[in-house]
Formats: sequence, C-alpha cells, structure tokens
Amino acid sequence: MEQAEPVKKGGRWQGWLEERLGWDRLSEFLAHKKVPVHSGTLWYYFGGITLFLFGIQVATGILLLLYYRPTAAEAYESVQFIVTRVEFGWLIRSIHSWSANLMVLTALIHMFSVAFLRGWRRPRELTWLSGVLLLGLTLALGFTGYLLPWNTTAYFATKVGTDLAGSVPLVGPALARFLRGGDEVTGATLTRFFGFHVALLPALMTALLGLHLALVQRFGISTPPLLESRGDVPQMPFVPNFVLRELMAWYLALGALGMLAALFPWPLGDKADPFAPAPAGIRPEWYFLAAFYTLKLLPSRLWVLESEQAGLIGLGLLALWWATLPFWGVRPDGRERTRLVTGTGVLLIAWLSTFSVLGYIE
Amino acid sequence: MNLTLAVLLMLARAEPSRDTCRDCHAALEGPLAKPAVEFARDVHARSGFGCASCHGGDPTEEDPALSMSRARGFVGKIARTAIPRTCARCHSDAGLMHRFKPQQRVDQLAQYLTSVHGKRLARGDPAVATCTDCHGTHGILEVRNPQAPTHPLKLPATCGQCHADSRYMARYGLPTTQLAEYRASVHWEALSQRRDLSAPSCASCHGNHGATPPEVSSVAAVCETCHALLEELFRKSVHQPLFATMERGGCSVCHGHHKIERTSVDMLDGERSVCAQCHEPGSAGARLAAEMGRRIRELRVALDRSDQILARAARDGMEVSEAVLGRQEAREALVRARVAVHTTNLQEVLAWTKHGMAVAQATRQAGEEALRERDRRRMGLAVSLCAIGLAIAGLWLKLRSLESNRAGQ
Repeated sequence: MEQAEPVKKGGRWQGWLEERLGWDRLSEFLAHKKVPVHSGTLWYYFGGITLFLFGIQVATGILLLLYYRPTAAEAYESVQFIVTRVEFGWLIRSIHSWSANLMVLTALIHMFSVAFLRGWRRPRELTWLSGVLLLGLTLALGFTGYLLPWNTTAYFATKVGTDLAGSVPLVGPALARFLRGGDEVTGATLTRFFGFHVALLPALMTALLGLHLALVQRFGISTPPLLESRGDVPQMPFVPNFVLRELMAWYLALGALGMLAALFPWPLGDKADPFAPAPAGIRPEWYFLAAFYTLKLLPSRLWVLESEQAGLIGLGLLALWWATLPFWGVRPDGRERTRLVTGTGVLLIAWLSTFSVLGYIE
Repeated sequence: MNLTLAVLLMLARAEPSRDTCRDCHAALEGPLAKPAVEFARDVHARSGFGCASCHGGDPTEEDPALSMSRARGFVGKIARTAIPRTCARCHSDAGLMHRFKPQQRVDQLAQYLTSVHGKRLARGDPAVATCTDCHGTHGILEVRNPQAPTHPLKLPATCGQCHADSRYMARYGLPTTQLAEYRASVHWEALSQRRDLSAPSCASCHGNHGATPPEVSSVAAVCETCHALLEELFRKSVHQPLFATMERGGCSVCHGHHKIERTSVDMLDGERSVCAQCHEPGSAGARLAAEMGRRIRELRVALDRSDQILARAARDGMEVSEAVLGRQEAREALVRARVAVHTTNLQEVLAWTKHGMAVAQATRQAGEEALRERDRRRMGLAVSLCAIGLAIAGLWLKLRSLESNRAGQ
C-alpha cells in the first residue's frame, strides 16, 4: 500500500519553497509584523529610501565598472567615453553621482529623525551604532568615489582631504601615506581609492547593513516614548500596507533622481593636471563643507596643537559624542535626558546647515 | 690664493671707512645736499662705490681743500660730453664688471657711439641724451627695479622727457607725437594694462644704448624679432619689394609705427581699410582685399554661431568637451587665415578659411546634436515621470482599497 504524500498548501512552487526554505514561517512572520502609525510615521520612510538609493548605487556602480579604467592616464577619458559614447552612459553616471549625494542626505535625515523620535533607546543601542557607522561608510564612499573621474576639482579636493588626514594626531602622516599610496595624490591614490570604493567599503557596508536590518527586524520599529506613554498606539500591517507606502516613497525618490539626472547631468569638469596650480574656490563635496569651513575658521594654533590637529580632535570627539548617544541619552535611573539629546541634535543640524552654507558661499 | 683673492674683493667692495663727501654734502642745504641724499639708494653705493669713484678727490680727508684738490684727482661736476666715458671707465671694463655683475654687457659705450645721441655728442652737442638722462645721476637704480626710469613701464615716459618736448625737439626738427601715439598702441596696452613686460616699449625697436630709428630696409626686421611668422608671410607678398622702396616701408605702411592699433579684418575693406590707402575702389587689389575680408568674416560668424550652440549645450549639462576642443582648432584656423592676409595671396587665406569652416560646421553639428539629445532626454524624463506617477497612483489606489476593506471588516 502506497504511503500518501504530505498535503501541501498553495501552489506547486510555494510548496517546493516551503519544503526547502520554510516559506510559510516567513509569510506568517510578515503577516503579523506591525508598524506604529502616528504623526511621525513619515520619517520612517527615509531609512527605506536610503536603502533604495544604496541599491541604485550598487546597480549603477556595476554598470560603470564595465567601462571605467582606474588609472591616472585613462580614468578621465573612460568617464568621458561613458558619458559621450556609451548608450545611456550619461544617465547611469549621472544617476550614480546624484544618488550618492541623495543617499548622504536621506541617511542624515534618517539619523536625525531616529534621534528626535528616540528610536535609539534600549534595546536599540546597537541599531543606532550600526546606523552611525553606516553613515560614516557612506561618507567614505563619497570621498573615495569623488576622485575617480580624475578631474581638477576632485584631484585638489582629495589633496586637501588627504592633507587633513595627515594632521590626525599620532597616526596622521602614516594615514595620509596609506591613503595616497605615497607622499602626493597620484595615480597610485586613484587605484587605491578605486579599490576602497568598489570592494572594501561596499563589502563592509553590505555586512553592516545586514546587521542593521537584522536588528531593525529583531526589535521592530520603535514608537516615540510620548505616544507610548499615552497608551494604545495604532498599528498598520507591515505587509502589504507599509511595504506599499514604502514603495510609493521609492518611486518618488526614483522620480526625483531621474529629474536631477536628466535636467542637471553631473558635470565631468576638466582633466586633473597635478602640475597645474590649484584653481580658486576648491572645496569638498557639500557633506564635508561644514567640517572644512570649521577647520578654516580656527586660528593657526590652539594651545599646543596646530589648528588642523585641534579641529580634527574636536570633530572626532563630536562624532564620538553623537555616536554614543544611547549611552549618555539616558540617566542611570532610566529617565531620558530629553533636553540634552534634543538640544544636541538641534545644535548639530544648525551647525551643519549654517557652516555648509557659509563654506559654499565663501 | 683663492682666500687672498676673496679678501681683496671684499676690501674692494667695502665702504671706505669714511666718506667726507657724503658727510659734508648731507649737512649742506639745497641742491648741494641732493646728491648725498639720492646716492644713498644708488645701486653703486650698495656695491661699495663712493662719490670719488666718479668725481675723484679724497673722501678720507676732512679738509675740503684737500679732499677736493686737483692734486687728489678731484674733477668736480662732470661735463655732459664726458659722462659716457666716465661711466665707461667701469662699465667697459670686463674684468671689473665681472666682479659686480658678471652677466652684464660691457659694450654700452661702443653702442652709444653708434647711436644718434652718441654721434651728436661726439660732434659736441651737449643737449643730446647721455647716460644720466635715462638712468639718473645719483639715484641710479637697476633696470629691473620698477622705480627705475629705464624699467619697461617707465621707459616711454623717460624717452618722452625729451622726445615729447616740442621746444626741445624743435632744434632737431623732430616730431613730438611719438609718446602720445605709442600710448594709444596695442603694445602699450599690453605693457601697461596686462603688465606684460615682454611687450615692446621704445628700446625694443630702437635699441637702448645704440638708439637709432630703424631704416626702411630694417623696419620689418625690427618687427620680425617678435612677429617672426608674419614677417615670413610678408616676404611672400607682392608688397614686400614695393614697400621696401617707400619712405616709411615694411610693416609700418599698413600698421603705422608708434600708434600700432589692434588689428581687425576691417583693415582690409570698408571705412577703416588700410588697403584703400593705395588701392582704388573696384581695383583688383581692392577686390582681393574685400574677398579676403568676406571669407574671414564668414568664418568668424560661423565660429561665433558654433560657440553659442556649444555654450548653450554645455550650460544645459551636455558633455561637449570634444567639440570644444575642435572649436579651438577652428579658432586657430581663423587666426591663421587672418595672418595669411600678409601674403596677399587669396589661396593662402582660403586654405585656412575652408579648413576653419569645415571644423566650425562639425562643431556646430556636434552642438546641435547635443541639443537634440538634451530634448530627447527631457522627453524621456517626461515619459518616465508619467510612468512613475501612474505607478504611484496605482499603489495609492491599491492602498486605499486595502485600508477601506480593513476598516469595513
């Protein structure tokens, strides 16, 4: 007598996946996953938009790799070839550049919204820390990617940037040499930055992003404490309601990205000439402008330190202070330091926006 | 041996322990104090020379009767006719000059004697320029010093002290318009406004110590020192042998001499035509000049149009750097066509205008294609935005349907 096959739910493929991946358990989990609904729900979408832009970065970056050549002799020409000769090459390059900038912007918005909505509270300290590290990696990707077209502004901005790295106390000179692959910004720096930009940093980013998403999944999306204390906060199903809303946000981001890329194609500039004098008005990308302008304003010496050393120590301590927010944002008795956290966040936004504008118009 | 030589040189350069000439003259008033004050900044004083180096006498003696005695070699005020040879005592001494300024020439006197100034002075005319008229007397500065009257920026005014003075020049029957004309020239504009010290001033064409007006046969050679290519083209011209026979020949027939204005294609035909000075309207020469002018203007218009299109494309974010490079080639062709006018050969001009037109047409087409591509991109963007808008609307409707169903339950 033949033994009866186990009864499978759903279609043939669903059954096949269930047998191998435990699909039903995942569906069950997603069906019960909820997202709080309140006046600040809008801010939740910026994390997802940042993830979407990272995906765009990976996809367009891979396409650019098909033609890009990471040498001082060929880098500029290869990018020129991409934007003039390759079908839709201009669009891919422009989207890659614009999405990198939008990604920094949405990551910053996401970070500050999490800070103000108190999403960093116990047990989400590691989620916050991994998020801050992800922002750091995003900035590092921006810094390394900026040099790759090997144009004049990128060359001299990298020179200034790596000069600054050389001012880091104790390890500065070694760090600058490591970044440049020598004493000056040369083809060796370009090749090195290319390696960082397409292999090391994306690998770290992917691993850390996995951890960050796993932690978000593990602890869910936090509800602001003020709403939590008022009682029952309405919830919406993650699937499909939140996912559909997030998808709308991604479409909006895609539309904005397409408009920027098509109406304001990212300029290529002139090829870098290491022997030419630095042109006037060299400044870094907008997301480094506030730090750059702060360093510029410092007097030549502060106490026993050179201004750049003192500035870098100050900025480093500020970044550390912000990264460890979950650990000083709560008193030992468990009560939050609401005013300190909000005040620090507001001051940080005011500093970033004001000094960026001042650095830009100077 | 070397040590001994070094010590001797140091001693030779060293200021005398006392210089009673300067001490006394500094204590005097009026014109007698002036030499002592001015000499303090003089290049010679800084090299260790004193008053006695030119005027003789004994600067170590306090008693004027001794320090300024003929017995001690005092010569007093140097006669104007004796100035060149006084300066030449050192400046024509290669051995001495080598100690102070090894790179400086020592033929200034020899040059001066060949100049109009030197020849007249030799004939006993003390009114002509000697060393001190251009270099100063007691406050002599190096030519590279911007305060020096011989610095390129000051030299025209220095020459103009005499050559723009109508009363002074009346005795020689020379015109005095040169300075004013030069200051209206493209050369002075380059020198004074762009601060291009390599731009020509008086000495560049006339020479400095051997100053003399270029002869008709050599005027082109003078211009050639800077404008070598133009001179080469001019040699091919039918004008070259004809202009050589004219009173003011060569380049100056068309360009003038002191008032050399910025060149323009309008010099060929029309109201500002220099060709019309000799060629009657409707003559073969006038028609040739007009044809050259027409072709060059045609190329310039084509280039301007191409530039406008490329600039618009670049402003709209289109990558047109290759076409911009091509435009430079066309601009160079325009310059070549303009200078080819000096050959008076239409074919030479046409060779460059045709080349320039071909490149200008190609760059214009590249610019127009970039603008069409821009429009295609914008159309593609509009279609994409519509598709995105529809997708968002669909998602929103789906969401509303889900949420109303959920509310109904």
